[in-house]
Amino acid sequence: MALLEIRDLRVGVEDREVIRGLDLNVNAGEVHAIMGPNGSGKSTLSHVIAGKPGYEITGGQILFRGENLLRMEPNERAAKGVFLAFQYPIEIPGVTTMNFLRAALNAQRKARDQQEFSTPEFLKRVRDVADSLNIPQDMLKRGVNVGFSGGEKKRNEILQMALFEPSLCILDEIDSGLDIDALRIVASGINALRSPKRAMIVITHYRRLLDHIEPEIVHVMSKGRVMKSGGKELALELEACGYAQFEDAA
Amino acid sequence: MKQVLPKADTERAIDSVFAAARGRMPGAGLVPQIRARAFEVYERTGLPHRGMEDWKYTDLRALIGEVLPLAPRPNAEALVRAKVSAEQVSADQAVKLVLVDGVFAPELSDLGRLENEVVVRSLREVLENSATEAIAGLVLSTTNDSAISLNAAMATDGLVITVADGNAVKRPIQIVHVATGLSVSTFTRSYLQLGKGAHAAIVESFVPAEGASGYQANDAIIALVGDEASLSHIRVAADASDAVNISSAIIAVGARAKLDLFSMTCSGSISRYQGFITLAGEGTKLSANGVNLIRDKLRADTTIVVDHAGPHCTSREKFRAVVDDCGRSVFQGRIVVRPAARKTDATLTTRALLLSDQAEADNKPELKILADDVTCGHGATSGALDDTLVFYLRARGLSEKDAQMLLIKAFFGESIEEITSEKLRDFVTAQAEHWLQAGR
Repeated sequence: MALLEIRDLRVGVEDREVIRGLDLNVNAGEVHAIMGPNGSGKSTLSHVIAGKPGYEITGGQILFRGENLLRMEPNERAAKGVFLAFQYPIEIPGVTTMNFLRAALNAQRKARDQQEFSTPEFLKRVRDVADSLNIPQDMLKRGVNVGFSGGEKKRNEILQMALFEPSLCILDEIDSGLDIDALRIVASGINALRSPKRAMIVITHYRRLLDHIEPEIVHVMSKGRVMKSGGKELALELEACGYAQFEDAA
Repeated sequence: MKQVLPKADTERAIDSVFAAARGRMPGAGLVPQIRARAFEVYERTGLPHRGMEDWKYTDLRALIGEVLPLAPRPNAEALVRAKVSAEQVSADQAVKLVLVDGVFAPELSDLGRLENEVVVRSLREVLENSATEAIAGLVLSTTNDSAISLNAAMATDGLVITVADGNAVKRPIQIVHVATGLSVSTFTRSYLQLGKGAHAAIVESFVPAEGASGYQANDAIIALVGDEASLSHIRVAADASDAVNISSAIIAVGARAKLDLFSMTCSGSISRYQGFITLAGEGTKLSANGVNLIRDKLRADTTIVVDHAGPHCTSREKFRAVVDDCGRSVFQGRIVVRPAARKTDATLTTRALLLSDQAEADNKPELKILADDVTCGHGATSGALDDTLVFYLRARGLSEKDAQMLLIKAFFGESIEEITSEKLRDFVTAQAEHWLQAGR
């Protein structure tokens, strides 16, 4: 059974169909890249998998380990192992990163009938992960993402991904707003989390990211559908010829 | 010609309440005259109403249906109930001084734990035994606010707290106001004098005893903060949901002093907290903050007037309101910068979080600047919980309810975190979180 199975998905936003019959299968251990022009529905797809309100599912289904994901609340999806790294991580003044991480991790563990972490155990985990991502300790004491640079915000997303140990990671334009050094740190953080038990969907406009995170499978999305799938050479082809050929085909 | 508004029936009732209560008012010598003058001042305008700019959102003339008779002295049974409530709101390590139905109750208070650095007497004792004209005038002082004049005329008891020059009081002093009665009014007034270089923390709590209902509390605190002194004043009002609470603070602060004020209202049918702070000396730092937590049909009004009279003073005000159901929160913040107050640095922010479509928040920041070379700013916002924040937290595993609670806590926490003492911050946070849990 595929980890994630999307069948003929149709999604509307304010009476406009933005995903129009999308199919996608992702197996554990695989890294998939989804590329496509602006407005092709890439971000909508990531939001719908994570359960963001405001989208109308007009057809099709999303199965996660065979379970109907669309019936679950966003927090149930998180507890089941779905993680979305946001394109624009949100600032939450007044909630320290440390308190946020603990509340989130313990909520997920509770939902899975696991014991909550003890304080020393939790602190050690966070410190270890933070060190590996060059996140200074004092950043964890500040409000979530408040006053963080673009790179720091993205590293904070990867920190959460490492801490929550999800089985499906969706990275929505994780490269946007990053300079080359920040991109390297973020990419190596992501690569360290690649595992045979975990799948990743990397959404991006640019091939540049795929130099750092090598996907097994590349999909081209246009006008709400997957137009073509192939190996990583498809990304090179896209760079040479652009998205126009797929837009015409749609 | 200035039109004289006819008195409402309720105000005629207050006249008779004053007449009936006269026998219960402590005060020898000139005190009865001072009270009578205060009552005359009150009578000229009557109950505050919306025609007065400072009371336009809280029209007591319209809101208070009737003026209630003065609460009787608490009997033994009332004291037993009051004791339970007073203990429930005890701040960690604080020395409790309990006022029950407007009367000081030494048997419920921790007088034995008072430090040597502080002198505490009841207002009654001071007015009966040692009220020179100067002391009585100070203790019963008024402004042009008629609620304060009424308080001066009617105050039955309160606490007179003095800390001599250079003395530091370590433990917070907590004045607990407990109401035990049904449909009665109480008038209390306390006076605090902090000498030069002295330090103290005063906590005030307003709570009902079990069975108390429909009462009206009118309290005032007059404080003089000496040069280089430091005062924290934390107030938490959690009255019965059908009670009225009108509290006033008049605080004059000397030079190079530090004043931390915090007021939270989390229950009471109609609540008004008004603070009048004068920064009289130079180089003083004021931090004035507050939270209104409102649900059902309750309404809370917090009005703070900061008067920068001396130069080189700093004032910071951070106010937050969380309003649910049909609740209504009012925040008025006026900053006055007098001509002598050069290099004043004053900012005020007020934000309201509206949790229902019927919830209402009125924010009125106001600057009146009469000096040059000052830095002043204010900001006011109100809105609902941000859906994108809620979704971010849900996507990380928090239930919708937990995500909302975390964001609401963070919201009122922005103001509570300004309380410098960690213990008192925790004391206030616990009560704010209790309010939150109770409604969800």
